[in-house]
Amino acid sequence: MATEAPAFLELALLGGLVLASLVTLLAGYRVIRGPTVPDRVVGLDTIGTNVVAIAALYALQTGQGLFVTVSLVLAIIGFISTIAVARFVTEGDIIE
Amino acid sequence: MISTPQAAVVTALVVVGSFFLLVGTVGLLRLPNVYNRLHATSKAATLGTASILLAATVYFGPEGAGLTSLVGIVFLFFTAPTGGHVISRAARKMGISFIEDVSWPGVTGDGAEGPAEDRPDD
Repeated sequence: MATEAPAFLELALLGGLVLASLVTLLAGYRVIRGPTVPDRVVGLDTIGTNVVAIAALYALQTGQGLFVTVSLVLAIIGFISTIAVARFVTEGDIIE
Repeated sequence: MISTPQAAVVTALVVVGSFFLLVGTVGLLRLPNVYNRLHATSKAATLGTASILLAATVYFGPEGAGLTSLVGIVFLFFTAPTGGHVISRAARKMGISFIEDVSWPGVTGDGAEGPAEDRPDD
């Protein structure tokens, strides 16, 4: 645990976590109320990017480098899901 | 455990990253169109996440988790433009129109680019 970290770093990490979580919640508005399907895809892509940032911030706050790997895997899954949904919207299926 | 200049750099990168995440989400909520919203998310939000991952690199050092976050930055800079391009092409194929005074250069059909005089005008 990063108990030796200075107080301003702890404060910045906590503020960053709160702001990233708030921003992810706000992106959910675009997913729910988006007028078109690509709007929802853009919102979900933004949520994926923000969750990557949240995982990295959590790794910084706890001092455990394992969560950086979690953020990398989340980035890969978000990219694949974005490609799959965009392809499903236009083509009708993903793997023909 | 962590020296004070290192902590200052990490703090600055986290603050910059949080600011760009906020800018990206304000753009996602306030801009009028899918294509305009893609500008905000695929540039600003990606830059914010990359800044936070760079803060993780500074925090954890150049090996182990810090190297993993560097790989994450490179991966993010490859995948975010690709994802944005795929989404915008899907929106174009679905027939979502631009805002009023914006037009595609050339034909308004398959999304192929080119000068206007080379395309049939339909």
